Amino acid sequence: MSIRTITFDAIVVGGGGAGMRASLQMAQSGFKTALISKVFPTRSHTVSAQGGITCAIASADPNDDWRWHMYDTVKGSDYIGDQDAIEYMCNVGPEAVFELDHMGLPFSRTEEGRIYQRPFGGQSKNFGEGGQAARTCAAADRTGHALLHTLYQQNLKNGTQFYNEWYASELVKDDEGNVCGVIAIDIESGETVFFKAKATVFATGGAGRIYASTTNALINTGDGVGMALRAGLPVQDIEMWQFHPTGIAGAGTLVTEGCRGEGGYLINKDGERFMERYAPNAKDLASRDVVARSMMMEILDGRGAGPDGDHVFLKLDHLGEEVLHSRLPGICELAITFAQTDPVKEPIPVVPTCHYMMGGIPTNVHGQAIKLSGGHEGEEQFVNGLFAVGEVACVSVHGANRLGGNSLLDLVVFGRAAGLYIEDQLRQGMTQYEPTDANIDEAMARLRRWDESTSGESIPALRKELQSVMQNHFGVFRKGDLMAEGVAKLADLRERIGKAHLDDKSKPFNTARIEALELENLLEVAEATAIAAEGRTESRGAHSRYDFPDRDDENWLCHSIFDPKAKKLGKRDVNFKPKTVDTFQPKARTY
Amino acid sequence: MVTSVTSLGRNGLYDWLIQRVSAAIIGVYMIGMLGYLMLSGDLDYGSWKALMSSVCMQIANTLLVVSVAAHTWVGLWGVTTDYLTGMTLGKAATGVRLIAQLAIALALVVYLLWGLVVIWGGA
Amino acid sequence: MKVSIYRYNPETDREPSMKEYEVDTQGKDLMVLDILALVKEQDSSMSYRRSCREGVCGSDGMNINGKNGLACITPLSQVAPGVLEGKKPLILRPLPGLPVIRDLVVDMGMFYNQYEKVQPFLQNTSPAPAIERLQTPEDRAKLDGLYECILCACCSTSCPSFWWNPDKFLGPAALLQSYRFLADSRDTATEERLSKLDDPFSLFRCHGIMNCVSVCPKGLNPTRAIGHIRSMLLERGI
Repeated sequence: MSIRTITFDAIVVGGGGAGMRASLQMAQSGFKTALISKVFPTRSHTVSAQGGITCAIASADPNDDWRWHMYDTVKGSDYIGDQDAIEYMCNVGPEAVFELDHMGLPFSRTEEGRIYQRPFGGQSKNFGEGGQAARTCAAADRTGHALLHTLYQQNLKNGTQFYNEWYASELVKDDEGNVCGVIAIDIESGETVFFKAKATVFATGGAGRIYASTTNALINTGDGVGMALRAGLPVQDIEMWQFHPTGIAGAGTLVTEGCRGEGGYLINKDGERFMERYAPNAKDLASRDVVARSMMMEILDGRGAGPDGDHVFLKLDHLGEEVLHSRLPGICELAITFAQTDPVKEPIPVVPTCHYMMGGIPTNVHGQAIKLSGGHEGEEQFVNGLFAVGEVACVSVHGANRLGGNSLLDLVVFGRAAGLYIEDQLRQGMTQYEPTDANIDEAMARLRRWDESTSGESIPALRKELQSVMQNHFGVFRKGDLMAEGVAKLADLRERIGKAHLDDKSKPFNTARIEALELENLLEVAEATAIAAEGRTESRGAHSRYDFPDRDDENWLCHSIFDPKAKKLGKRDVNFKPKTVDTFQPKARTY
Repeated sequence: MVTSVTSLGRNGLYDWLIQRVSAAIIGVYMIGMLGYLMLSGDLDYGSWKALMSSVCMQIANTLLVVSVAAHTWVGLWGVTTDYLTGMTLGKAATGVRLIAQLAIALALVVYLLWGLVVIWGGA
Repeated sequence: MKVSIYRYNPETDREPSMKEYEVDTQGKDLMVLDILALVKEQDSSMSYRRSCREGVCGSDGMNINGKNGLACITPLSQVAPGVLEGKKPLILRPLPGLPVIRDLVVDMGMFYNQYEKVQPFLQNTSPAPAIERLQTPEDRAKLDGLYECILCACCSTSCPSFWWNPDKFLGPAALLQSYRFLADSRDTATEERLSKLDDPFSLFRCHGIMNCVSVCPKGLNPTRAIGHIRSMLLERGI
């Protein structure tokens, strides 16, 4: 088996915020770094982030404290976020955000010339005692776009080697399971190459496309999770999927929580501001899981709007044209394009829509991937050579529910942290694990399977079916028997996808081949989600079950760990030991 | 920075400025002349000759001729570098462009000298 | 409705051709990108780029019935009269002026090269403070209409000056980004940036045709930005 090999000190797979922050760190220190991205980096899904990056930079409130942010995040996670990681993120956050300003990110400004911060859901002052905080740093409602372009620009400046429109298809491991690099396809030419590196950093983002209705880009197909699972590595808390309260009904397009931060609110078909009933204090700025569930209850109770009573409204017109056009210009555009609604005049039809994968590859704060010695149980071990940052990783700072604005912070803080750590390790001399020809051949098997397919079901049809199974069996509210049915359907789909047919086998820019490979990744993520969701017999954060409506701290104040080899669910301890502050003890979560 | 030996100002800003200033001169001249022709009623050879022999008019005419030459050069230089390129003509482009530019330059020099002779030589 | 799509696969085709498809929209005013997905279900060999499907990533710039735009935010009703009703075909071609890799996918290399030439990153020689560099809301407002560019290339590939000199003329997208940094109160490399734009091609090939303005899917105005840069050059040069 001869295949071209390209060698680097470190490779980053994924050109979103986390990947480019990591590659920037390493490129700045002069290590030979490649970034492999299946799209031109500024087309990555970070570009769609709107509202902002939450961080206690003490602009809106000079007395703001990162510990308050930490408290909110721990509470938001429904107490299964790791407190050491949350502590690190909230504490290092301001430095990482100021760096972004120094790189040129065009943040909106206050009269004092400082970065503008807006209120977001789940934010409080003084450990929940001081009322609503305004902690989300914003560049109008295009913060993700501004951040992603800024990071790309800095990578250009610092000479990161980009492999744009290259698709990483499989991890390459040696016989001991150490990671040696990845197999990647140059989409433009169709050439397959082995990228060898001492450190392989996954920054492949989320997998919202497992659901039929999602705010996620079409490229969010869980490629990193798929590769990890196929390599036999575990994923953590993968049942935890955030449904964003305000996706535009029908289109799925995101409408930022910043709308409610700026003073917008939700109304049902009778025009009632229903969040006052569900969250009397925080109202529309309760945590996302709470708001999404409340909206679904309204809809299920018959107070939904539209001919099918399937959505509610986000009212913004009372904010006035000037505020809307200066603070939320992108939203006005999106609403007109996708809902034929001008928010200056009428409310936007919205519905909870799949938005974010809280789970992922378990890592420590340095991004080092973790596995358990016995698959779903046993002692913790590092996966040598493999790192994960951003949405694909589960550090875990989001636990069972992510707070708005925390994902951009997660990206830059942990992208940076992984870069710093790898830099340091490379200086000390990091091992390059060498795969055998058989190891590489094994990683190519999947590509060969598709190239040798002669007949079978079509890829778009199977993808649609998978998405509808996830939508119908693993949505906002979940139930044991319905999920068991979903798991069975996915098992059937696995069989059929294994026999599906790629009819176009040409080489140059063959997007059909990429979609086939992506479908297999979607399947991996969907199956892990399904089995983990069925296994977690409680309701916590975004995971809400009719048959187990309460949080069960006795049995489930822990991470779930899904082992893909045995298809078994295990448990892993949550970290309750922050280094510089006292532990935040679990208590009832109300807003 | 893309330099070009055949651009007039050897610099985009000066070319641009020359183009604008020459256009303004041509415009003012034409408006003035149009106004004169409309207001002066029956125009005979004598008065036309007298007008053209005045120093003011000789200077104005010189400015006009120089402006037309400069304006034409900058404009046609742009046209040749847009359309007579490797993309449209392949390897022959440089040669063709040089010949075209030389021909244009030659024509403009002839026009300029001849214009000056006409303006100043009649006295 | 009828859809006519530019097809070219370098592996099998000697030259490009237009291929007709029949798509059932059920009378809905779908986005052009939705139509492409329906075509792809019929013919998986038809290639195009797409990502965010909401007009912020800039992947799916293409020529739609003669005008450049983003497929994901162009509804059939806005393409041309009669297209939604099925009386006229939807005609999709790759962005003009760039080499075609396959079908609707163009090689954006020249476009990105020009972007990189303007040094699209903040430069500031003074040491960074412990917090952010302060900027007044008025100074920040100068970046509005500039930083929103999504690099979709709809503008540059509709610009005749860019068609004729894609290697020498920076094009509207790169110039817009050049001005984005010239206008940033936090950037100190103004002189260096301007000195690189002074030649007859990089900026001065803009003849104010304004195709860029009429096609920009984000409603930006590169021609105005180019005018601002020219004024800065003029002030500096006189």
